[in-house]
This record gives sequence, C-alpha cells and structure tokens, in this order.
Amino acid sequence: MKIKGFLRGFGNFIQRFYIVFLLIILYLPTAVLVMMSFNENTSTFEWTGFSIEKYKMLFENEDILESVVTTVGIGLLSALISTVLGTLACIGIMAMSRKLQTVIKTTTNIPMLNADIVTAIAFMLFFVRFFGGLGTHTVLIAHITLTLPYVILNVLPKITQFDYKIYEAALDLGATNFQAFRKVMLPDIMPGVITGFIFAATLSFNDFTLTYFTKPAGFETISTKIYSAVRTKGIRPEHYALATILFVIVLLILFIVNYKGNKNEGKKDK
Amino acid sequence: MEKLLELRNISKSFNKELVLDEFNLYVKRNEFVTLLGPSGCGKTTALRIIGGFEKPDSGSVFFEGQDITDLAPNKRNLNTVFQKYALFPHMNVEENIAFGLKIKNKSKQYIADKIKYALKLVNLDGYGKRSVDAMSGGQQQRVAIARAIVNEPQMLLLDEPLAALDLKLRQDMQYELIRLKNELGITFLYVTHDQEEALTISDTIVVMNQGYIQQIGTPESIYNEPENAFVADFIGDSNIIDGTMIDDLLVEFLGVKFKCVDTGFGKNKPVDVVLRPEDIILTKPDNDTKLKGVVTSLIFKGVHYEMDVMVNGYELLVHSTKLEPVGTEVGIDVDPENIQIMNKPASEDEEVASLED
Repeated sequence: MKIKGFLRGFGNFIQRFYIVFLLIILYLPTAVLVMMSFNENTSTFEWTGFSIEKYKMLFENEDILESVVTTVGIGLLSALISTVLGTLACIGIMAMSRKLQTVIKTTTNIPMLNADIVTAIAFMLFFVRFFGGLGTHTVLIAHITLTLPYVILNVLPKITQFDYKIYEAALDLGATNFQAFRKVMLPDIMPGVITGFIFAATLSFNDFTLTYFTKPAGFETISTKIYSAVRTKGIRPEHYALATILFVIVLLILFIVNYKGNKNEGKKDK
Repeated sequence: MEKLLELRNISKSFNKELVLDEFNLYVKRNEFVTLLGPSGCGKTTALRIIGGFEKPDSGSVFFEGQDITDLAPNKRNLNTVFQKYALFPHMNVEENIAFGLKIKNKSKQYIADKIKYALKLVNLDGYGKRSVDAMSGGQQQRVAIARAIVNEPQMLLLDEPLAALDLKLRQDMQYELIRLKNELGITFLYVTHDQEEALTISDTIVVMNQGYIQQIGTPESIYNEPENAFVADFIGDSNIIDGTMIDDLLVEFLGVKFKCVDTGFGKNKPVDVVLRPEDIILTKPDNDTKLKGVVTSLIFKGVHYEMDVMVNGYELLVHSTKLEPVGTEVGIDVDPENIQIMNKPASEDEEVASLED
C-alpha cells in the first residue's frame, strides 16, 4: 500500500512538473523580453537596474509610432471590411444547396492553409501586373483576403444555429428583410461576428509576409519596420518596449474574448 | 357572411412531391377554422402560403377581396403564432410584444398601453420585464399570442400552437383561445393534427389528407357524419364495416339487417358502415337478440371501459361505462340514427390514398 501511495504521489508530481515545464518553455523567452524592457542598460544584456528609459525612447521615436498607427489603421479597417463581407458571405452560403456549401467552405479554407509566402508572392505579381503597382489599397486587399476565412469560420456556426423561424416571425410582424436582419438575426449571431472581428484584427496586426510583399515603399507596419531596422542596425532598445506593449495588448484581448465566451456559454446552460 | 380569405386552386410541390393539389378554401370573417390532418397532409404548407412564407406554384390567395399571392409577408394584414413560438430570445417579454408596433412607428404611449392591454388579455400581468428564456412553455405561448394580436390583424394564423404543451395546459389554453377569439373578434385559422383539439375549439373543421380536402363541416357533422373512411378513422375511434344497403332505411352488416336513417344509396349497393364505439349498445342476450358476440379484451380508460367484442368473425371496438368481463356473451344493438353509411371508394387507388397514414 505504501508503495502504491508513493507511486501516486510521484505521478502527481510528474504531472504538475510537466505543466510547469511546458509553461516555462512557452513563456520564458517572452518573460525575458519583458524583463529586459525595464533594464536600465540599453546596450548589453547585463542587468544594471530598473528603468523605463526604453519606453521613453519608444515614445520619442516618431518612425515607430507612425508604424503603430499604420498597423492599427490597416488592422481595424481590414477587419471591419472582412467582417462585413464575411458575415454577408455566410448568409449567402446558408442559402446554397448542401453540395455547393461544402465546395465554398473548402475553398474559403484554402487561404488559411496555404503558405503565406505563396499567397504573398502571388498577390505581389497580381497587383504589379493588374493594379499598376503597390499602394496602401493593395496591402488592405491582401489583409482582407487573409482574414476573411477566419471571419467565415467564426460566423458560419452561429448562422447555422440561428432559428430561421424567428426571422420569419419578424417579417410576419411587419419588418422588412433588412429590419429583420438588423433587429433579430444580427443580435443573435453577434458573438460570432465580434469574435470574427477580433480574430481578423489580430491576424492583420501580426502579419508580416503579406504586408512585406504587397506594401509600397515608405509604408511600414510594426512588423516590417522592426524587420528593416533589425537588418540594418540590430535590435534597438525601443523594440523591447514595443514588443512588451504588443504582448500585453494581445493578452488583454485574449482575456476579454475568453471572458465573453464563458459568459455566453453560461447563458446557454441556463 | 363575407369571405375574408380565399384560396383558389393552390398547388405546391417540394422536390417534385406534390403537397397541395388544386386546393380551394375560404374562411368567413369571425370564423374559427381549423385545418386538421396527419403530419405531411399539407396543412402547414397551406398556412405558410397564406402567411406569405411560401409561394404557391399555381393558384391565388385572396384576402379582403385583394389578390395577395405575390405580397411580401410584412405587407399582409395578418399575423402568425408559430409552432415553437419563435420569440426573439434577446428581448424581454415587453420588447417582444412591442416589436411589431415599433416597426410601425407607433407612439411610446400607444405602445405602452397596448403592451399593458395585451399582457392582461393573456393573463401575464406583471411579466413584462421577464426574459422569455425564463418562462414556461405555456407562458411563452401566451407571449407569442400577445405579440401577434397587438398588431390588430384581421386574421390570426396559428400553427400547432399548443403541440408542445402538456395535456392539462393544452386543454386550458384551448378554452383561452376560444375566449380570446370572442373578445377580439379576430378570425382564427388554426392548424393541428389533434382531432380532439379541433373538435373543441373550431366553428368549422377542414379535414385534410395528402394535399386534398377530405371533408369540411362543423365539429358535429365531421364526427357524426364522416363522408369517407379516412375521416371516420381519423376523427375519434370507429368501426368501419363492410355492409350492403338493402333499400332506403335498411342496411345489412355482420349478417344482420338493421334499420337506419339513410336514403338514396340505391338497392343492394355495397357500402361502408361506420359505428362509433360509444354508440354500440351491449345487452343481455336472449332469444330476440339478433346479433351476439363475446368480449375478448377489456381495458379501463377512466371515463369508460374499452372492450373488443368478437361478432361473427369481426372484432368490434366498444366503449361502455358498464363493465362486461372477458368471455361474457353479450347482445349487440345500435340505434338507427347512430349508423353512418358511406359510399365505397370508387377505385382501389382512392381507397389506398384515403387510408394511408
């Protein structure tokens, strides 16, 4: 009995150790980065004391700040457009025959699985040949294409679950098709639409490959800005601070999405 | 009385399957009309065509004298109470009821008054702020009715509205519906597969099967004088027996001649005879008894006993409040006015069509 008890205790220890080990591997590099962002020493890895000097430098660097504005702008705009297009697409998909639905669902998944570099080069060639060059609009189009499948992935299940009878009930009570959509259908599928939007925005923020190949000269998002800076001058102190801020923002978004998700689940259980 | 609604030659098929075939029906103002039939008989499709949710393949729908066949559902002056209520889940009771009025841009005061009136009418006073998710099936049903009637439609379409409720609540709601109809003066078109419900609430019953109307009439005439075997079988329990119309007022079945009240079938004509189980009288057999049988099974049903009586090789279903133990020999009699005579179906096809389901 004693040996059994010991084995069980050991098993529990291994289980816990494994999880802790996994979390360390996952987050240690980021943790180091966050820590270093508060290091007084701006030139080497040696810890010399706490300071927010790097954050000051970040907020004085107008090039980087401009790239942040560009990233957020492109991210929100592309997410907004692909959320609207994706939601409309889902409604269209639902009206199709089952066979056609499968075809369309598979087709929309291809950009998700395709290597980014392939999509990126294809886009670049396409834009240069048919759009007469690259511009902000080509980056926007590329980002919409990148994020659209994720919107569809999030919205389609909600629309599948939607009880079409309540849409008919709205029509019956005098609503036009648009009113019925806005007042009855949209509130019902809203959780999926919001998740789709957040997914799309996050993907757009994170993208490097597509942006790099479809951007015009002088157009920089955070990723492309850091990439070119690192290539010429190595990692700058501001980059630590910027990376830390981005990490915290993503973490916050993740918490919000999970919290909202849990709340909705709870509602359904009732 | 004026025809409020009229369906003319409506045909509709789904995936090449004919659901309604040359369907004709009219509903008079202030009538409580029920479409009654087994599932798949086309009753719900007929209702959806009237509501505007389906377009007929051919034929037209007239409402208050106007052709509304191509009119969108939101332009029709009638409202529907849906089968599973179809309440708006993200709105509370008040918001659900106010939906139609807000769409029509009614004043705040008007809407508030209407909500109050409607809640009172369906006995949900004080429930206005409740979430519809937190209500029982019966309460949700009342909200669905309130939501429809605040729009003051000329006609209310009800698609099996009580199907999801338990028996006792269903019976209460049946009386509520009759009361509502009388109070509001709205024409009701009701769809159900429950024959007892139809008999209880309707002014007129339309019995349907396989896209065809089998019989239209008052509950009494449908029950007492079914026109064919399908109606007789579908409405209540019945014994349908082969018989011969010997002459006017005289019919022979189970090898015995009975007096009846029917005329005009001709002489020695094969007919179907319908005997309702509660109309069969069991007597003590003696020498004068013309028809004798033996009780073969006995079930207690609460209001009455249900017995099978074997008579000349035919098993009769009998309802009686008086118990006859299994094995008892009984005499059988029927009053002439309780014998319902029907023409035999003209062809075997027709017979198959009417007896399926």
